[in-house]
Amino acid sequence: MDLKTSGKPASVEEKEVLDAILSKIDQPDPDRNGKILTDGHGIPSFNSGGHRDLLLPALHALQERIGWISHGALDYLSIQLGVPPAETYGVASFYSMFSLEQAPETVIHVCDDIACRAALNADPAEAMGQRFGSDSRVSDNTMWVRSPCLGRCEEGSAALIQHSGSAHRRVLMAPFDVDDLANQMRKPVLEWTNTDSVRIPQRETAPDTLRLLRRVGVVDPSSVDSYKVHGGYEALRRALEIGPENVIREVKDSKLMGRGGAAFPTGVKWESVARNTVRPHYFVCNADESEPGTFKDRVIMEQDPFSIVEGLTIAGYATGCEKGYVYIRGEYPLAEERLENAITAARTRGLLGKNILGRDFSFDIELRRGAGAYIAGEETALFNSIEGKRAEPRNKPPFPAQAGLFQKPTGINNVETLINILEILSVGGIAYAKIGTPDSSGTRLFCLSGSVSKPGLYEAPFGVKLGDLLEMAGGVASGKTLKAILLGGAAGSFVGPDQLDIPLSFEGVRTAGVTLGSGVVMVFDQDADMNQAILRIAQFFREESCGQCVPCRVGTVRQEELLTRLATNNMIGSRSDELELFGSIASVMRESSICGLGQTAANAVESALKLGLFQG
Amino acid sequence: MSNGVAVSIQRTVKITVNGSEFTAPEGSTILQACRSEGLEIPTLCYLENLTPVNTCRLCMVEVQGSRTLVPSCSRKIEPGMVVNTESDRVQASRKMVLELLASSVDMSIVSDELSEWMERHQVDKERFGPQALPAQLGERETTHAGHHVRGDGTLAATVFEPVKIDNDQYVRDYSRCVLCYRCVEACGTDAQNTFAIALGGRGFEAHITTEYDVPLPESACVYCGNCVAVCPTNALMFKIEHDMRQAQTWDESRQTLTRTICPYCGVGCNLEIHAQDNKIVKVTSPLDHDVTSGMLCVKGRFGFEFINS
Ligand SMILES: Cc1cc2nc3c(=O)[nH]c(=O)nc-3n(C[C@H](O)[C@H](O)[C@H](O)COP(=O)(O)O)c2cc1C
Ligand code: SF4
Ligand code: SF4
Ligand code: SF4
Ligand code: FES
Ligand code: FES
Repeated sequence: MDLKTSGKPASVEEKEVLDAILSKIDQPDPDRNGKILTDGHGIPSFNSGGHRDLLLPALHALQERIGWISHGALDYLSIQLGVPPAETYGVASFYSMFSLEQAPETVIHVCDDIACRAALNADPAEAMGQRFGSDSRVSDNTMWVRSPCLGRCEEGSAALIQHSGSAHRRVLMAPFDVDDLANQMRKPVLEWTNTDSVRIPQRETAPDTLRLLRRVGVVDPSSVDSYKVHGGYEALRRALEIGPENVIREVKDSKLMGRGGAAFPTGVKWESVARNTVRPHYFVCNADESEPGTFKDRVIMEQDPFSIVEGLTIAGYATGCEKGYVYIRGEYPLAEERLENAITAARTRGLLGKNILGRDFSFDIELRRGAGAYIAGEETALFNSIEGKRAEPRNKPPFPAQAGLFQKPTGINNVETLINILEILSVGGIAYAKIGTPDSSGTRLFCLSGSVSKPGLYEAPFGVKLGDLLEMAGGVASGKTLKAILLGGAAGSFVGPDQLDIPLSFEGVRTAGVTLGSGVVMVFDQDADMNQAILRIAQFFREESCGQCVPCRVGTVRQEELLTRLATNNMIGSRSDELELFGSIASVMRESSICGLGQTAANAVESALKLGLFQG
Repeated sequence: MSNGVAVSIQRTVKITVNGSEFTAPEGSTILQACRSEGLEIPTLCYLENLTPVNTCRLCMVEVQGSRTLVPSCSRKIEPGMVVNTESDRVQASRKMVLELLASSVDMSIVSDELSEWMERHQVDKERFGPQALPAQLGERETTHAGHHVRGDGTLAATVFEPVKIDNDQYVRDYSRCVLCYRCVEACGTDAQNTFAIALGGRGFEAHITTEYDVPLPESACVYCGNCVAVCPTNALMFKIEHDMRQAQTWDESRQTLTRTICPYCGVGCNLEIHAQDNKIVKVTSPLDHDVTSGMLCVKGRFGFEFINS
C-alpha cells in the first residue's frame, strides 16, 4: 500500500525530533513485521514496519519540542511508520495532552476535581481565573485549562505545568498556589521543581504497621544499594531459587486479589498466561492511575520505584516473559523520572537484561507514557495505546491471557498488586493469606483525601472499619461534621455518616453494596457543595468516555444534562419523572456498555441520589 | 494435501434460546444461531461481510450466568448456553439504545427494518428534551479531547452539523452518523485498503474524519464508494441521490433494479443498477456475491456517470 498524504512538509526541527525517535528502529520487528493486524475488537490496523507502537512516543516528542502536532509533521511520521495519516490523526486527537493546533509554550493544567474541591470547599481553579483570566485564553505564551484529578489529592490542590520547546519540562506542583506558581514561572524553566512530598501519617504513629509502605520515605529512591539495604531483591532471589511454578503456587496460596479495581485472583491470572503455548508472552504493569482520588501508585513510583521493577521482574519470570512494560500516566513526571532511573540502574547492575543474577533468565522493561486519557487504564485500552492506537477498550473475550498486547498472551497487574508479590515471597503465600480476612488477604493501601485532618496514604489489613480508618486520619478536618464519604473513586459510591462500620474487605463492601475500587476514601464535610461534586463526577465520565459504544457515549452526556436540570430546577416533567429517566440511563449504561467505564459511570451519582445528597 | 477430497466435519453445539433448545454449528455467534432459527434480533453496526466491532449495543441479549448483557453479534455460542432475546432486561436496553441514538443522531432515513424496531419500542427522540441545534462546521471536529462546555441541560446535545459536500461522488452528512465504524472498516482492511478515513476525537465528540478533517479530494480517498454502500443511516450518500432528495425528486417507488456484470475489467463484479426515469441513480453490489461481497471500485460504482451524461 502506498500512503497518500497531503504533501505538506515537516519543518527541519520536526524532522529532527522524529528522526531521533525513529532511529531507535534498528530492524523491522520479525514478530510484527509487515502484517495487517486486526486487533481484539476487529478494527483493522495497517502496520507495515511492525513499529506502530512508536507512534505515541513520537507524538510526545513532537508535543514536547514543538508544542503541537502539525499536519506536515504528522504526515512525515505516518510515512515513516507506515501508518495511514487519518489513523495517526485519530490517535493524536484522542489524547488530551496532545494539541493539533498551534498552542502556547506553557499550558497549565489545574485540577478542579472532587478531592481538591472537598478539601477546599471551593473550586480550586477559581484563583487561576482571578489571576490569569478565563481558561483556554492565551496570554504571554501561557494558557491554563481545567484538569481532572492529577493524583496529588492529599495536598488538596495541584497543577501540572506542560512547557514545550528545547527546554521542555513537565512539572507537577502540589499544593498549588497562584502566587507560588507565578513565582516559579518567573524562574528559568530548568529550575522549576516537582513537588516531592510524602504524606504517610502512620510513619510517625505506628511505623510497624507498614508492610507495603515499609520503605517509603526511608529508602533513597535513586539508589539500588539503598534499596538492597532495605531488603530489596531478596524476593527475586527467592523466586529464582524456587522456580516459576512454585512462585505461582505461592501467589495462589496467598489468595492475592488485584488492586486495580476488578479484584481478580492474581495467581489464576498468572497461571493462565504461564500455561499459554503461544509465544512470546508479555507482562504489563498498569501505572495509569487516573481514578479521581487515587494517588497510591504515584507514591510508590516516586518513593520506592525499585520495588515495582523487582515485582514486575518476578511476574515476568513466573509467566515466561522476556519483556515487560510499565504504562504510566503522562501527568506523573517525577514518578516517571524515578522509575526510568530505577530501570536503568537495575539494567546496569545485571538485575534486568540477560542472565539476571547469573541465572538462565532474561527480562527487560520498557516504560511507556500515557497522554491524558483515563480510559487508557482499562487493560485492553492500555494495550491499544501501547500499540499506537486509540485507547478504545476491546471486547472481551478474548481475555489478555489469551490475546493481549500485540495479540499475545499477556499478564497485567496494577502497581500495588505487584509490590504485594514481594511481601508474599518474603513471608510465604500461606502466611500472607492469614493477614486480613479469610476472603480478602493482605493489607490494602487507602488514599485519604478531602476534608480530613491528616490526608495521605494509609495501609491497613483488609477488614478495617471505615470509621477506624477515618479516625486514624484524625477525623473530619477542623472538627467539622461528616456529610458523606466517597468510597472507591468516581467509579465507586457515596456512603453516609451512619455507614462507618462497613468493614473494608471485598466481601464487606459487597454486602454493603459498595466497592473498594482503587482504595479511595474521600471525605466531605457539612459545608461541602455536594451538587458541584456530583456534577463534576458526571462531567468526568462524559469527558473521559472513549466514545465507542452508544450506552456510554450518549448515556454519560444525558446523565450530565439530567443532573444539571435537577440542580437548576429546569426539569422535564416532575422530579420523579427525571429520577425515572435517570434510572433508565443508569441501567442501560450498566447493562450494555463495553467496559467498566460505562458500566460504573452512574454508580456514584445513583448512590448520591439514594442518600439524598443531591439537592434539586 | 494431495488430491484428497476435503471432508468438513461440521460440529454442532446445543443451546437454549427463549426456552427452546436447538443446535447450531460450532463457532457461530449467538446472532447467527438465532437468525438461522428465524429469531429476530435488531442490529446496527453488524454487517455480515465486515469484522464485528460490537459498538452499537443494539443486539444485546441475556446470557445466563453473565453479569451484564452480551452482544449477540460477536459472542460465540457455547454448549449449554442459555440465552434470552426477549426478556424485560433486553427490551429495556434495546429501547434505551435506540432512544439514546435517536435523541442525538438524525435517524430519519434508516432501513425499514430499523424504523420498525424503533416503532415497536415507541422510541421518543425528545425524551431527553428538545434537540440542540447543529454545531458550526468544524466545531465538533476541533473540540479538544477531555473538554466541553456544560450547558443548562434543557436541550439534548446532538451530533448535528452541516453536510460536507466536497466532491461530485458522495456527500457526508455526519448528523446522521451513528459511529458504527462500518465505513472505516470498508475503507480499511475489510475491503478497500485505502485508509482514507478513521475515528477522530473522543467521547461524544468522536467522529469519522480524514486527517485534520481535510476535504476528501485532499485525502487518500479513491471514490470506490464502498463506505457509502455499508453506511446504515445514509450519513454517506451518493451525490445524485443527495441532490435529488434535496430537490424532492428522489422516489424509490419509481426506481427499477437491473442486475448486470461490470463491463470495465475482467474481475466480474455483479452490479445492481438503480434507475429512475431512465436515468441511472445509483450502483450497488449484492452483499452475498462471492466476488464483491458488496464492494466495488470507482469505475463500477461511478462509471455510469459517463453513460448518463
Ligand atoms: C475505565 C477503567 C480505568 C482503569 N484504570 C486503571 C488504572 O489506572 N490502573 C489500574 O491498575 N487498573 C485500572 N483499571 C483496571 C484494569 O482494567 C485491570 O483490571 C487491572 O489493571 C488489572 O490489574 P490487577 O489485577 O492487578 O488489579 C481500569 C479499569 C477501567 C474499566
Ligand atoms: S463503556 Fe465508554 S469507555 Fe468503555 S468502550 Fe464504551 S464508550 Fe468506551
Ligand atoms: S470512497 Fe472508498 S476510498 Fe473513499 S473513503 Fe469511501 S471507502 Fe474509502
Ligand atoms: S458514516 Fe455511516 S458507516 Fe460511517 S460510522 Fe457513520 S453511520 Fe457508520
Ligand atoms: S489532585 Fe485534585 S482531585 Fe486529585
Ligand atoms: S450489532 Fe451487535 S453491537 Fe452492534
